[in-house]
Amino acid sequence: MISGILALMVAVLTFIALFAHMVLDGAPRLTWDFFTSFPSRRAESAGILSAWVGTTLVMLVTAFSAVPLGVAAGVYLEEYAPKNWFTEIIEINVTNLAGVPSIIYGLLALGMFVYQLGFGQSILAAGLALALLILPVVIVATREAIRSIPVAIREGAYALGATKWQTVSDHLLPYSSAGILTGIIIGLARAIGETAPIITIGALTFIAFLPPSPIKSEFPFVSFEWLTAPFTVMPIQMFNWVSRPEEAFQLNAAAAGLVLVVMTLAMNGLAIYLRYRMRKNIKW
Amino acid sequence: MDVMQYKSEVKSLNFYYGQFNALKNINMVLHDKKITALIGPSGCGKSTFLRCFNRMHDLYPGNNYQGEIILHPDDVNILASNVDPIEVRMRISMVFQKPNPFPKSIYENVAYGLRVRGIKQRAILDERVEEALRNSALWEEVKDRQHDLAFNLSGGQQQRLCIARALATDPEILLFDEPTSALDPIATASIEELITDLKSKVTILIVTHNMQQAARVSDYTAYMYLGELIEFNVTDTIFIKPKNKQTEDYITGRFG
Repeated sequence: MISGILALMVAVLTFIALFAHMVLDGAPRLTWDFFTSFPSRRAESAGILSAWVGTTLVMLVTAFSAVPLGVAAGVYLEEYAPKNWFTEIIEINVTNLAGVPSIIYGLLALGMFVYQLGFGQSILAAGLALALLILPVVIVATREAIRSIPVAIREGAYALGATKWQTVSDHLLPYSSAGILTGIIIGLARAIGETAPIITIGALTFIAFLPPSPIKSEFPFVSFEWLTAPFTVMPIQMFNWVSRPEEAFQLNAAAAGLVLVVMTLAMNGLAIYLRYRMRKNIKW
Repeated sequence: MDVMQYKSEVKSLNFYYGQFNALKNINMVLHDKKITALIGPSGCGKSTFLRCFNRMHDLYPGNNYQGEIILHPDDVNILASNVDPIEVRMRISMVFQKPNPFPKSIYENVAYGLRVRGIKQRAILDERVEEALRNSALWEEVKDRQHDLAFNLSGGQQQRLCIARALATDPEILLFDEPTSALDPIATASIEELITDLKSKVTILIVTHNMQQAARVSDYTAYMYLGELIEFNVTDTIFIKPKNKQTEDYITGRFG
């Protein structure tokens, strides 16, 4: 009992100490300019504009590819797939994929997306690499959420004459959306801090321009040019600053780290809140 | 007896869970607009039999029907492999053992069966939902809160809601799988009263553990044991002078 609390205290205090150190170092740098400036050779005028824009766009690609694919795979495995050795192998593989080191995904993305498919060292390649990384999380979350729906609800829908697809789309997906959403957000929160696969596919560490805007003033008003643009992301920007010898850049790194930690915590908080809100009306 | 009085005829029905022969050569009829009760000890196959009527067993792999369940008046064999189970479930509704409302509003629960059938017009939905709620004696209690969540109802109300949901689609046969086993005596009494009232509208088949319930509500009773139909007759005959010794032992409580 006592030793358990002690062990817990060690973990919590270490985290608090690290976080406090980062806040003390980084907080003074968190001005408006820090968010709207490109990186610079002079520490005091350097900012994280290209990094947070890059992170946001990469996350967008990740979410838009991992969510439909992961949810569809989860629904398929849970509701449609026949129970045979082939689906069993797929299931075991999905679970194992969650444990593969992230740099392996980076290597796969480098070979496949960057070179083979010719996406280059782009936002698209990075987003897809991270999507592969969090795909198992989304699949497993979807399956568990669907599995937690009582058989009686499923049978109730079928007994009224619903087809399989009506049962899935009118009941199983809506009732499991809280669990699925939680899985998605936790997956994205993991992806946002990933550095290794992004470095592997060759993100730039110093970048002083933004990708082309997705919104255009002339027809058709949207553009996907940004997908192929070079980019950097928050953890890489941080890594770049940490490796500088000057003290002032260390403060920048702490500030960027603070932003990253707050982003991750905010996403986890959102997941908990959504789960609570959406589960409130469902009792089983 | 005239065939027209039968809603359904079961002819040498065998059912297998994988290799296990759960129902053995069952021959029986459902009289039109009457209540037929299935009684017997746990594991005798009465729920399995009930679930053949709406092809619920099709949801799980490895199940296998043999024989026929003929549905009148169009004499279709609902177990035939070329009959779509969804077509069968459109005509035969089911109420489950434990109330299983969807986590939606009262209104949406009742309307779901209609929506599945492609009915979208608000006026028609409103009318059919009200009718179903009236027929399940729930209207007065919920008419001002139809858009509240169904989970906020009491257990007995939830079960009546499930009956309303099953009734809304105007089924020809209504199946009840031990509908009161999760309810208190007062809620049970109101469900039994409701079931008795419903027989003017629909043919009913009810599985029950409770022999008094079978005696109170049903017109015909079938006693099942180990997957076989031991005796089937008018309820009074089954309970007062059963022909079969096994039935008598079960009814009088010497067994089961």
